Amino acid sequence: MSETGDKPDQDNATGGRKSAGSQPAFPMRGSLFRKNLMTALLLAPAALWLVVFLVLPFVAIAIFSVGERAPEGGYQAALTFAQYANLPARATAFWNTMLLAPVGALACLLVAYPVAYYLALRAPQRWRLILLALIVIPFWTSLLMRTYAWMYILGGRGIPALLAYVGIEDLRLINTPGAVLLGIVYGYLPLMILPIYVSLERLDRRLLEASADLGATPLSTFLGVTLRLSLPGVMTGFSLVMILLLGEYLIPTLLGGGKVFFIGNALVDLFLQSRNWPFGSAIAITLVLVSVVVLIVANRISTRLSGARRVDLI
Amino acid sequence: MRAFVVAVFAFLYLPIALVVLFSFNAGHHASEFTGFSVQWYGKALSNPFLVEALKNSLFIATTSALLAAFCGTAAALGLQRVGARTRALFDALLGAAIVVPGVVIGISTLVALVQLFAVVNPFLAELWPTDQPPRLSLGYGSIIAAHGLFSMALVTMIVGTRLASLDRNLVEASSDLYATPLTTFRSIVLPQIMPAVIAGFLLAFTFSFDDFIIAFFVAGAQTTLPIYVFASIRRGVTPEINAIATIVLCASVLLVLLAQWQLGRRKPSP
Repeated sequence: MSETGDKPDQDNATGGRKSAGSQPAFPMRGSLFRKNLMTALLLAPAALWLVVFLVLPFVAIAIFSVGERAPEGGYQAALTFAQYANLPARATAFWNTMLLAPVGALACLLVAYPVAYYLALRAPQRWRLILLALIVIPFWTSLLMRTYAWMYILGGRGIPALLAYVGIEDLRLINTPGAVLLGIVYGYLPLMILPIYVSLERLDRRLLEASADLGATPLSTFLGVTLRLSLPGVMTGFSLVMILLLGEYLIPTLLGGGKVFFIGNALVDLFLQSRNWPFGSAIAITLVLVSVVVLIVANRISTRLSGARRVDLI
Repeated sequence: MRAFVVAVFAFLYLPIALVVLFSFNAGHHASEFTGFSVQWYGKALSNPFLVEALKNSLFIATTSALLAAFCGTAAALGLQRVGARTRALFDALLGAAIVVPGVVIGISTLVALVQLFAVVNPFLAELWPTDQPPRLSLGYGSIIAAHGLFSMALVTMIVGTRLASLDRNLVEASSDLYATPLTTFRSIVLPQIMPAVIAGFLLAFTFSFDDFIIAFFVAGAQTTLPIYVFASIRRGVTPEINAIATIVLCASVLLVLLAQWQLGRRKPSP
């Protein structure tokens, strides 16, 4: 995305505008002004949207998070860190989320990597696009409906009923941490496969041949070349899945019953039921901060482990 | 490895297939398939609350996706014309709009809008000539705006990628041949980015139609289809939900396939 240098505006003009040089009929100043006006008009709606519905709301919850709960619920202006100090009150939700988000992302990764590897390096060419489409489709279909499918299968009349036929009675599958983990892998697998696939697909096959020619075993070729060069994709997938899991609500609610509480559940409770908005805001801000940390760490790891090596190799 | 991949695909599709299968079950119970019937579809579609929720969802998804396609495409075009710093700022905000979990988007929009309405509504009441001033409240507008945020960022990214691979020579040739900027845009740029715009629209529609968590916070008194389905699931699993789920899944699959087809289309020769 950053291939364009820090050039002045008129050099980057594309999208149907003539370059400044081919418009001698216009005085330089006037055409520059018109060009800038056009650019501003094109960007204005998106900029307005981003400011009103992303930046301002974020500022709003930041302000709320240092406020107090009004007696009737909602917000009362104040400047206090009491809400943040109160975070341990929801320690269970934090603990569950902080445990199941990385574990879930890791489980996704373990399932996703072989699939991405097969799609990128082993699958027959004519099958590749079809298989890729089959991965993308679940990602875009309703998570609610897909989670519901598992609720249906794991619920009392699903697998447990079938197992009862063969004599395994009273097996409880739904409303357990295991069910939540299963739902997580099911829901987020496509999101993990795609970035890994992309990084493996870009991989220069000659490196694999070179490694084999130089006497490396398949395993050390995989560890030294394939895995290492696909790390940016792995880290992208891992951090994306983990960040989305930090805010997950549906899966723990539907598959975890009341037992596995996530931060998402705590937020729904605080905003829609008990109406403690300042405390909810403090939790949301903490959640965003954790997400940012996850992104930064993932970015660091992928540049350190692969970025530098990659330059060495070339 | 092949066996593992096959197993993963089965894992991805079997649960959905099962829901579809049992939506045609004559009986009430999930454990046994007692015969073929479409009665649950009839029940679902004669439920007025469900039809209402479906209509709301269709309206919200269409509007937010149209707005997102329009603003996102404009933004992608505009981003081609700005310096690296402005571009980086936009990229960061657009990335945030996509990555920030829906829960956070939902509650922050809720908080900001409620606060905004608390300021604007008395003001409106003051200014309004009659006794019944309009009252801003959560509803269609807030869901459309909140869905549009993600969708717009998505469209900007998809169209931006297509623009980056656009053949600049054609644009230059066009202006060398004295085409006006508008003509160049209409006959060179637009045809080439159109598949990306359509794909962006379809994915935006799918996102909005499927989203539960953002709408859950900002819907106010309105109900969307996912909100309705969520509420019914919590009351208990019925075959009627299988029928709705089947309809929604089929619609999403169709839209995503259409979007992929659009994205995979070769650039039309000018």
